[in-house]
Amino acid sequence: MSSSDNDDVLVLGPHTLRSRLIVGTGKYPDFETMARAHEASGADCVTVAVRRVDFSAGETLLDHIDRERITLLPNTAGCYDKETALRTARLAREMLDTSLLKLEVIADERTLLPDPIATLEATEVLVAEGFTVLAYTSDDPVVARRLEAAGAASVMPLGSAIGSGLGVLNPHNIRLIKEELSVPVIVDAGVGTASDVAIAFELGVDGVLLNTAIALADDPVRMARAMRLGAAAGRDAFLAGRIPKRPFASPSSPREGKIGV
Amino acid sequence: MDLNVTVNDERRALPAGTTVSDLLALLDLRVDLVAVERNGEIVPKARHAETPLREGDRLEVVTFVGGG
Repeated sequence: MSSSDNDDVLVLGPHTLRSRLIVGTGKYPDFETMARAHEASGADCVTVAVRRVDFSAGETLLDHIDRERITLLPNTAGCYDKETALRTARLAREMLDTSLLKLEVIADERTLLPDPIATLEATEVLVAEGFTVLAYTSDDPVVARRLEAAGAASVMPLGSAIGSGLGVLNPHNIRLIKEELSVPVIVDAGVGTASDVAIAFELGVDGVLLNTAIALADDPVRMARAMRLGAAAGRDAFLAGRIPKRPFASPSSPREGKIGV
Repeated sequence: MDLNVTVNDERRALPAGTTVSDLLALLDLRVDLVAVERNGEIVPKARHAETPLREGDRLEVVTFVGGG
């Protein structure tokens, strides 16, 4: 561990996160497993969704999140148009008194791909209202630039479709986005396993957000730990500076001083 | 019971004079874990106690649930 590890924080507007891994709270077999997985992941920020109160529910999600340690990141998941996303964002802020928001405007139920135009329009409105907008978007560098210009505090390109577990399908675009933007870039969606997280961080991104890959793993707590280690490995590898790829061999041992010929 | 409103699309009959605060108490909800919209407008927590419900009000009461 280098001495700089503790300084390697993720700054999102007025918020500073110690972990670059952000995890979800959905799809877990039960709240206790979720809480243990959160602990094992090392994350200090988790996403939450806004829904109508279930009057028959007993325990609630927030009873199982240590709010002293963990920052809540409300999302607008499930919103298929700008107006619903804006409404959901405002309700989240009223509930939590936080400006932090993961903005998600989804195009259709089959692909769950983001609607970049509606996302851009909603970003403009919410930034003007003082929200710290983390904009979930496609891996299009041009759209990413437009979101940054609209005032997004972070741009969050997908690795691949939500819940697909296909990993980072277009690493070249993710790298381009990271190179061109000044705000933090967080890969959101598509992670299937720990190597996907490592690959994202090796590309130089500032953070990774994932949910399903932990929650639906056979052993969510162990997978959460794997994700933490994958994040640490990928981030370290990026900071260390990898060797360039080359199409020919390069011996590790000296060519000189060999016995024989 | 002379006040008819809908809460999350369910019809409810409430005593006249019921406020947003009263409604949350009636539903056994903690105010810090919910947000309330009345006819499409958010009712800020600070105004729950002074906001009486009116006949035909449409209320949305939301909270946080698991998500990614």
